[in-house]
Amino acid sequence: MSLLRVEDLDCRYGLLQAVRGVSFEIEQGEIVALIGANGAGKSTLLRAVAGAHRPHAGRVRFDGADITRMPAHRRVALGIALVPEGRRLFGSLTVEENLRVGGTRRRGPWNVQSVLDVFPLLKDRRRQPAATLSGGEQQAVAIGRALMSNPRLLLLDEVSLGLAPVVVDSVYRSLAGVIKEGTTVVLVEQDLTRALQVAGRVICMLEGRVVLQGAAASLDRDRVVSAYFGLKRSA
Amino acid sequence: MTVANAVLQGIFLGAFYAVLACGLSIMFGLMRIINLAHGDVAVLGAYIVFVIVDRTGASAFVAFAIALPVMIVLGYLLQLTILERALKAGILTPLLATFGLSIVIQNLLQLVFSPDVHSLGGSAGGLTTSSWQVASGLTVSALGIAVLVVALVVFGALQLFLSRTRAGWRMRATAEDPDAAELVGINSRGVYARATAIAVAVAALGGLFLGIRSVFDPVSGPTQLIFAFEAVVIGGMGSLWGTLLGGIALGVAQTLGAQIHPQFAVMAGHLLFLAVLIVRFGGVGRVLLRRTA
Amino acid sequence: MKVERWSRTSRLSMIGTVAVVAVLAAVPFILDPDYVQKLTTLLILVLLAAMWNALAGYGGLLSVGQQAFIGIGAYGTVFFAKLGVTPYVAMVMAVLLAGAVSVPISLFALRLRAAQFAIGMWVIAEVISIIVRLDSNLGAGTGISLIELNRYAPNFRQAYTFWLALVFTVIFLAALFFLLRSSLGTSLQAIRDDEDAARSLGVHVAARKRLLFVLAGFGCGAAGVLIVANTLFIEPGSIFSVQWSAYMIFMVLVGGLGTFEGPILGAILLFAIQTTFTQGGPWYLVGLGATAALFALALPRGLWGAVEERLGVRLMPVGYRVVELSGGGGDEKRAA
Repeated sequence: MSLLRVEDLDCRYGLLQAVRGVSFEIEQGEIVALIGANGAGKSTLLRAVAGAHRPHAGRVRFDGADITRMPAHRRVALGIALVPEGRRLFGSLTVEENLRVGGTRRRGPWNVQSVLDVFPLLKDRRRQPAATLSGGEQQAVAIGRALMSNPRLLLLDEVSLGLAPVVVDSVYRSLAGVIKEGTTVVLVEQDLTRALQVAGRVICMLEGRVVLQGAAASLDRDRVVSAYFGLKRSA
Repeated sequence: MTVANAVLQGIFLGAFYAVLACGLSIMFGLMRIINLAHGDVAVLGAYIVFVIVDRTGASAFVAFAIALPVMIVLGYLLQLTILERALKAGILTPLLATFGLSIVIQNLLQLVFSPDVHSLGGSAGGLTTSSWQVASGLTVSALGIAVLVVALVVFGALQLFLSRTRAGWRMRATAEDPDAAELVGINSRGVYARATAIAVAVAALGGLFLGIRSVFDPVSGPTQLIFAFEAVVIGGMGSLWGTLLGGIALGVAQTLGAQIHPQFAVMAGHLLFLAVLIVRFGGVGRVLLRRTA
Repeated sequence: MKVERWSRTSRLSMIGTVAVVAVLAAVPFILDPDYVQKLTTLLILVLLAAMWNALAGYGGLLSVGQQAFIGIGAYGTVFFAKLGVTPYVAMVMAVLLAGAVSVPISLFALRLRAAQFAIGMWVIAEVISIIVRLDSNLGAGTGISLIELNRYAPNFRQAYTFWLALVFTVIFLAALFFLLRSSLGTSLQAIRDDEDAARSLGVHVAARKRLLFVLAGFGCGAAGVLIVANTLFIEPGSIFSVQWSAYMIFMVLVGGLGTFEGPILGAILLFAIQTTFTQGGPWYLVGLGATAALFALALPRGLWGAVEERLGVRLMPVGYRVVELSGGGGDEKRAA
């Protein structure tokens, strides 16, 4: 049984359809990259899986159970954690408070110490208010905060946004440590190269629909780019 | 009465206002809601204590201990039935809904109890009447000290709660970004309900003190609301310690105003409130800053 | 497609309105003074509801302190009458006074955010109430009568007061009507829908809101004038009471916030309830409060708003309509 199953998902903002009839499955242990141009619906899709957006139609199944109507905070207890776009840290709380404010009863390898081990740049900043951190440090806290709930499914929305390439490198190096623990990861990434490097499978979206799916290794770059931009391929 | 004594009495009065205002401040800081029924909730608490005292002959404090859980449950109910819906609807809706609630509470109280005034002073033991001459012209009342101590304890406890406990962090996190809080596993509905319950409980404490230090009747609510709101605004909206200071400032303004003319007491508080509003929000502050910059 | 303002329904209702006003004008000749007094009360309620709606429904300004202007209008009348001015002239002066006072208040009140504005206005009303209470010439805390009106025989006094009420109500409703039909009206709608977007399009949000605030100041002052003319006796406790705000909120919420016809409906409803339940006391106030809260939560557009949506009807042509011109008699679609 797949860990996550999305069936015919339809998400709207008022009259605007952001996600149209999207279906896919994700197996335990996979690393899946969700790519697509801005406005393709990737963030909305992740938010729907995390419970932050109520779908108009369709189903989300986690471990076989229908969680479509489940509120976000209960999904965290089930093992789904989203690192939202723009990080959304609690600025007035310290780094340590940000890490510990979430956390559930779920057992696993992640606690404050192990998070700090994976993101050593935070070690000196434990007691600083999160708002005083740099972009890269904030991203680390955001990921760490999600990890504290020991998720089975980690959703990362644009972790490289607004960060210098060097910083992004460091974030992804730390992510490798996360992946080693066996967490299933779905990441939204604008940088195609990085996405194809990290992921085992790629799902490409355009205007709310899935236009391409497949193992990263088997897809050549041209196919991905065409799907990304919605270009018709010559027969 | 000397000015010094007026200030001292003002501090005691202000501590009372601070307790009244505490719950209002919590709800505003967390949910950006001003509960226009807040004063009536405090009066309701006073009435519940009164009923228990009347039936059982217990002291006001014992009665309050019994009334407290009732008020906490009412606080949860208030959030889950009315405020939750109002929050989602718009900026004006919570004000309108709580205004309607205020009318309902006042008139239900009037139906159950008569329009007569009541007091809890009789059942508070020596607290109501004891006082000491501290220096020439300075009187300290037992009640004044008690309220001041309780105010400091309540505000201090809340501050500790917010800064040292996980539940307190969750409340602050939800206040900052309820959406992100949900995504981290915080049940925002539960946080809001807990906050309202705390606010209502402290409001009831304010009602207890109101009943002990003076009288109350079914329509005393709006007056307490105005004082509570004035304390919150004077001290700076969204700051818990600010509300304590604001309450004291209000109390001192009133007692000093009374020195000028007995009828001027409440007016002095209103004027201080309006002055703070004008300076802080009315654009006058900006003009002043421009001149000094 | 054509954009129109009038429809057959609204044309008919305009004619109907003029007819109603004409009939009302004749009322003092037809009915007993008792009924005339009651109808004056109804007109006062209509005026209050319309003014509160102007503030909240069209301006997004929730004031719990309009009783300040009601009191200024009432006490202003007594004040000028005591100076020797002919009572009905004193009344007009009192309305002007109320409106004049609203201008400096608007300079700072309108910068306040929702809750501060609501309670700030309430505190202002309290301050004015306290000031009035200190003046023994105005009866201090116990109240005062407008005995200067006793120079008129009761029938005449009742009739004059009624006609004055009719004139005031028509003037203020007409002022609101033309305000809404003008470019001010569309910008007000824009402000209500999205204030920041409106501001970025160059809409002078502050000026529009000030206009509404001052209009409501005049209007509520007029209501206060009529109250003292109708009941002859006022005291600070009741004329400056927040109870008036409660009535206004009820009428507008139940009638229809943001609609032109809604407040009138709400006023008629409140009037009907008040005349039926004169002995009700607290019970009927419980009902009012609960109903207002319920409408705020569940039926935010009020009864008239619901009717408008269901039937697509609008009696007063304050909005625009998009009309299909294709194939004779086409569908009439409504916009705004």
